[in-house]
Amino acid sequence: MNQLRRRINGMRRSPKALGIVMFAGLLVVGTGYTTVSAAVSPDREVVRTQEQIDLGKKIFLANCASCHGKNAEGTVNAPSLIGVGEASVDFQVSTGRMPGAASGPQLEVKPVQFTLEEIDAMAAYVGSLADGPSIPDAAYLQANGNASSGGELFRINCAMCHNAAGAGGALTEGKYAPQLMGSSAKTIYEAMITGPQNMPVFNDANITPEQKNDIITYLTYLQNNSSVGGEELGSLGPVSEGLLAWLGLLGLLVIIAVWLAAKSN
Amino acid sequence: MSIMKEAPKKNTFLAGTANYVDERVGASGILKEFGRKIFPDHWSFMLGEVAMYSFFVLLLSGTFLTFFYDPSMAMVRYDGVYAPLKDALMSKAYETSLNITFEVRGGLLMRQVHHWSALLFVAAAGLHMLRVFFTGAFRKPRELNWVVGFVLFVLGMAAGFTGYSLPDDLLSGNGLRIIDGMIKGVPFIGTGISSLLFGGEFPGHVVIGRLYALHIMLIPALILVFLAIHLFMLIIHKHTHYSGPGKSDTNIVGYPLMPVYVAKAGGFFFIVFGVIMVISTFFTINPIWNYGGYDPSPVSAGTQPDWYIGWLDGALRLAPTGLEFMIGDYTVSMNILLPLVISLVFLALVAIYPFIENWVTGDKREHHALDRPRNAPTRTAIGAAGVMFYAVLWAGASTDLIATHFKMSLNQVLLAMQISLILLPIAAFYVTKRVCLSLQRKDKEIAIHGRESGRIVRLPHGEYIEVHEPLDPHDLYKLVDYKDYKPTVARPNAQGKITVAARMRASLSKFYFQDRITPATKTEIAEATHHAHEIEAQVQKAIESDK
Amino acid sequence: MTENSKEVELNKSGSTPEHEYDAGLRVANLDAVADPGLEPHRVRMTDKSVKHEKAAVRQVALLFTLSMLGSAFALWAYFTFPLSEDLSSVRLNTMYLGIGMTLGLMGIGIGAVHWAKTLMPDNEVSEERHLTRGTDEKRAAAIEILAAANQESGFTRRKLIRRTLYGSLALFPLPGIILFADLGPNPGDSLRHTFWKKGTRLAKDPTGIEIKASDVTLGSVFQVIPAGLNPENKEYLEEKAKAAVLLVRVDPSELNETEERKGWSYQGIVAYSKICTHVGCPVALYEQHTHHLLCPCHQSTFDLVNGCKVVFGPAARPLPQLPITVDSEGYLIAQSDFLEPVGPSFWDRSVKS
Repeated sequence: MNQLRRRINGMRRSPKALGIVMFAGLLVVGTGYTTVSAAVSPDREVVRTQEQIDLGKKIFLANCASCHGKNAEGTVNAPSLIGVGEASVDFQVSTGRMPGAASGPQLEVKPVQFTLEEIDAMAAYVGSLADGPSIPDAAYLQANGNASSGGELFRINCAMCHNAAGAGGALTEGKYAPQLMGSSAKTIYEAMITGPQNMPVFNDANITPEQKNDIITYLTYLQNNSSVGGEELGSLGPVSEGLLAWLGLLGLLVIIAVWLAAKSN
Repeated sequence: MSIMKEAPKKNTFLAGTANYVDERVGASGILKEFGRKIFPDHWSFMLGEVAMYSFFVLLLSGTFLTFFYDPSMAMVRYDGVYAPLKDALMSKAYETSLNITFEVRGGLLMRQVHHWSALLFVAAAGLHMLRVFFTGAFRKPRELNWVVGFVLFVLGMAAGFTGYSLPDDLLSGNGLRIIDGMIKGVPFIGTGISSLLFGGEFPGHVVIGRLYALHIMLIPALILVFLAIHLFMLIIHKHTHYSGPGKSDTNIVGYPLMPVYVAKAGGFFFIVFGVIMVISTFFTINPIWNYGGYDPSPVSAGTQPDWYIGWLDGALRLAPTGLEFMIGDYTVSMNILLPLVISLVFLALVAIYPFIENWVTGDKREHHALDRPRNAPTRTAIGAAGVMFYAVLWAGASTDLIATHFKMSLNQVLLAMQISLILLPIAAFYVTKRVCLSLQRKDKEIAIHGRESGRIVRLPHGEYIEVHEPLDPHDLYKLVDYKDYKPTVARPNAQGKITVAARMRASLSKFYFQDRITPATKTEIAEATHHAHEIEAQVQKAIESDK
Repeated sequence: MTENSKEVELNKSGSTPEHEYDAGLRVANLDAVADPGLEPHRVRMTDKSVKHEKAAVRQVALLFTLSMLGSAFALWAYFTFPLSEDLSSVRLNTMYLGIGMTLGLMGIGIGAVHWAKTLMPDNEVSEERHLTRGTDEKRAAAIEILAAANQESGFTRRKLIRRTLYGSLALFPLPGIILFADLGPNPGDSLRHTFWKKGTRLAKDPTGIEIKASDVTLGSVFQVIPAGLNPENKEYLEEKAKAAVLLVRVDPSELNETEERKGWSYQGIVAYSKICTHVGCPVALYEQHTHHLLCPCHQSTFDLVNGCKVVFGPAARPLPQLPITVDSEGYLIAQSDFLEPVGPSFWDRSVKS
């Protein structure tokens, strides 16, 4: 997960800084990663066949290697994928963020470029390079947890960026936290364990898999239940409410006042 | 009509009631005095009514809400029907707000009615103020009523903010947190005042109850008192009307209170209530269940105040980095004080504007016929600059949403706002003034030469001209009926000294009236008409000789 | 004052008492176009044709009937759409009640206005205005009353009474104002201390589960409260409002620590107060790669690897850092309380008490 950081750092900082960051990143990947990331439970490994890995490598070489390097070691243009784990590949590719388009402040959601089998194969290949967060266990994606606890965890850990109703929000320099109302349980889970782009990582010591399921349960509740008060105005809070008060309420009343004061014919 | 035929029978009952009332409260005198009062009719005169009616709706819906709401900050575990908050720790205030929403029939509807009408109340009052400003309705004798209206606007903001905080949810709690931070930034007394407001440290256990007392007693009572003064002065002054044929500073033209205005204004109350109701039926406002109860640790992206506080929040956001400094061991939070001072100065300028303009013009006569905005170019331009200043601050409160929705960098949006705050009002001033002057020039042109008829004729000597048609006298009068001022020079006073005030007034008068378009005069129009007749004669002659 | 001030405004209808007032910079237009008077009245269709009049009567009555139906519908909806555990019932109740009440209100409103516009006389009436000031006689009478009141009370004459009255009026509100002093205690040094003490373990918000250094992986962010702070504490929210901390692990090589703060972090793990130094919103938006902390309220941005210095926005001071280390069991603990007051700036925050 540390390598992902370099992509953005590389764009933002001077080459010298980039070198330091890369060195630091490699140092961590090489030595510290396994010890430091002990908190990520390795018990949810999916079985990967050699066949799958080979297929994944083929797809990788054809589509990803030009930026990420022949052995996924990373280049100036893109971070190393060694140790990012299967979850990271699945998140980035199955939401269409990867392969990335024109460079912007952050990767955008786009139409997905690969089939599920291809994505699984790529994930298997990248997963085979080094240990990293694996595809989440389906048991934690059932949205059958405690919505109330999930809501509280969401407000404390997520709402500052993603908004209390999951409507998304702004980050610095053109980056943003996306809205979550269309995200699947798996995507949400993978985002928490891999920390894509500038999102921090929420490892299992911080938010346990059960608690992650609670958060997914809460978000699923929001996704499935529209507001009891009527049209939600994008769940953006007082700004959209203020606009409607001026343009809708007062605007309508001005039109009626014009009718009221006009002479009848 | 059949209603008329039945009238005598009903009248005996009506007459009896009328007699009863008159003998006890002297109603006939009141009715004689006010029953046929004249009210001018124009859509822009209804804006203040919108504000007043939304205040009545606020009183009605608010009273309903008080019966179910408990302003206590005691912590409870939620045990209501909203599943995602089950067993959550929250204050009684937030719990009862949720219960109104989910467990009282029509409770959510009334909450939405109350909140939408609060937004409407301040919006309508603001638009009403703009109408009064741009038409010059604040001039003598209405300067004091402008100030009363201004106080009502500020009270509306206060009522709104105190109400916004009552549900004690995460959004409003962070709003209070910001207020606490602002108060603490005030030199000497900040921390003391904060402690008095919150009954100790933030958030404390009392602030919701205190805001509730202000929100349901003191502030509405003050609004009622000032509203009564506002209307009382309206009756004393009688309403203004737009200038035009038959309308002047010495008369009032319109419809009698009874029956036309009673029906129109009375009906309009139901319309305002109805429009609020329909918006409240179909649009969510303040979905408190999404925010959770207040807790000082979390916060939501997009934390904004209601629109009328937005410009103050925007002022806070636009303060550049590094304004805070130290004097010895003491911290001077200029990053808070500067926006605060700028906002207060802006409000003060709004409040005293009528007196400034009156001092400059020195016009002590009563003004009852309104200006068309173009006929007071400098005032209109000042107003446009003020609106622009307010609008940039207001937009400043939503920099984050502007950034995400228009795919821009938050940092650049903010920088653009900081620059706009200085440049746009100046630009608005010049553009508006030029537009006003051009419109006046066009009016004068039309008044003198008449309307373009689209008829092109060729004169015998080869010249092509477009024939202009003279205006109907009523239309003509609309174009020339305005007051004209011209700048003065600083004159010595009785002691032969030119005071600083005189100099200031002279330069202000120059600022106001240097660029002026005088109304078309009778002579100018007569000359032009004469000229037009000559051409027409030539045209006729040419046509005849062709035959 | 000016050459125009004595001139009469002649372009309006004849003799006006206005001439008593100074017109200031106003220019008298002696060559003004004459006022042609009110525009002629246009006769409405409802005045001209009985058919239209009857149609208008029917329309108004229809609108009033619609209102009755709407109100009846709202009553019916109140009982037909009760609230239940199922939240869609709230939507239905709100919507049908709202639709009924809207019709009930709008029917009356539009009906009444339509009635006024089509069936009530629409001849504009002109009425004279009078100056707002009283007539000279009224003013004289008012002055007489004041003078008599003054004479009878001796208000100007009896200086002693007048001055003591002023004094008493000036003083009487003071006790009323001082009554409010008990609204809150003297803040004292409460703003300078938080729940953190030497050895307090760092715990997760809101569960209170204590955090081991090994739990905090690179790129993680933990929302932290002091262990032992829970809702049973009487001052739970007040303490939390000061003690909330953000815990992040960054690569130690990226961390630029000042000499004196070298010992405040643990293997790249740093803890900063999350309460903004601007006006106190929680600064909780952590960007993993830029290491920037963003406040969602006013967009102040802090650089976590550079001592949380302000890099953007209205805040001026860095977020206070909580010095941390680990105890023998591997749990993260505070070395001490914050060494400066957390949260918004206040006047005497730097004064040592």
